Amino acid sequence: MASSQPVKPPLAGQPAQAQRGSQAGLKYPSSGKTIYNRPLNRSRTQELSQASFAYLFGEMVSYAQKRVTGIQDLEKRLNVQGHPIGLKLLDLLLYREPTRSQTRPLNIIALLQFITTALWRHLFSRPADALEKSSNPETPDEYMISDNEPLVNQYISVPKEMNQLNCAAFVAGIVEGVCDGAGFPARVTAHSVGKGEEGELWPGKTVFLVKFQPEVVEREAYLGKS
Amino acid sequence: MRRTKSAQLIEYRVVYALIIINKAGGLVYQRDFTEGLNKLSVNDYLVLAGTFHGVHAITTRLNPLQPPNEAPSGIEVLETEHFRLQCFQTLTGTKFLLFTEPFQPNTDKIVARIYELYADYVMKNPFYSLEMPIRSEGWERRLVREMRVLNSR
Repeated sequence: MASSQPVKPPLAGQPAQAQRGSQAGLKYPSSGKTIYNRPLNRSRTQELSQASFAYLFGEMVSYAQKRVTGIQDLEKRLNVQGHPIGLKLLDLLLYREPTRSQTRPLNIIALLQFITTALWRHLFSRPADALEKSSNPETPDEYMISDNEPLVNQYISVPKEMNQLNCAAFVAGIVEGVCDGAGFPARVTAHSVGKGEEGELWPGKTVFLVKFQPEVVEREAYLGKS
Repeated sequence: MRRTKSAQLIEYRVVYALIIINKAGGLVYQRDFTEGLNKLSVNDYLVLAGTFHGVHAITTRLNPLQPPNEAPSGIEVLETEHFRLQCFQTLTGTKFLLFTEPFQPNTDKIVARIYELYADYVMKNPFYSLEMPIRSEGWERRLVREMRVLNSR
């Protein structure tokens, strides 16, 4: 239980903050009960309409597309949109874990497993399709999470002239937020690996490349020795 | 040339082609689903779309009875000896024209299914600009797959 303690203060502090900053345009229920007054587990099993998410995400992509100079810039913007979600989801999902496994992931494998199971289940109602470590000995800091059919890309067809783009950069941002929040700073990018062939089984297959900062790998090696 | 009845039924269940016309009468999508159909030039398809749009607009005014409560729908089905044309107009004025064999059953259901695919894979795609020609890989893939299933039944 001790590990869940740091989670609570910021959440308990939020209603006060929300009431203080009564900006124009933000409405609060007359009962004074905001979303922060609700139990955190209330929406645990609730689901969302995929169509409404698709429209929202479509608008997020169009918004990110405004005033960008290139595809990298666009992916960066989507990544930035996802990052704060990841930071918050880490806390929420750990809070919802059973009490004995409520500890923060302490090594890379535990963190990545938390991401591919708990985070993926929460976001997409299924675990990720694969988790691999880079086989290249020169890049021991790289891990790959594969998703055969990313939910965010379900209705999105990227035009030919932008084929480098993968809108799952938003999900990569969420993963990056979780890694950063857990104290494993990383850079996460989304890459399409579908070959665009006729009759391909998973044409939208996406690999999330998780590249940890050198100090994380160094610490991991040091911890592994003891 | 005589065919048995079952052979006839199999042979006649074919979806030939789909045309989508936007609310201004412009052609936004055209695709054939079977081999060996008569082809028109790109320009002719555009003319065909515009002409049909006009004829459809006229037919909505042809009702000899008192105007009913709901707005007249215009042409819904056009049948000839060799093909059947099912027209479905969405609430926003986009028209789906489906060319099939004259005996193809449930063409309205097929168009409804195509409309569903269109709503999902064209309208929810952030890279599609409204009223413009449809070049969407996901839509193309699912549409062709769906029609192939229908034609191979």
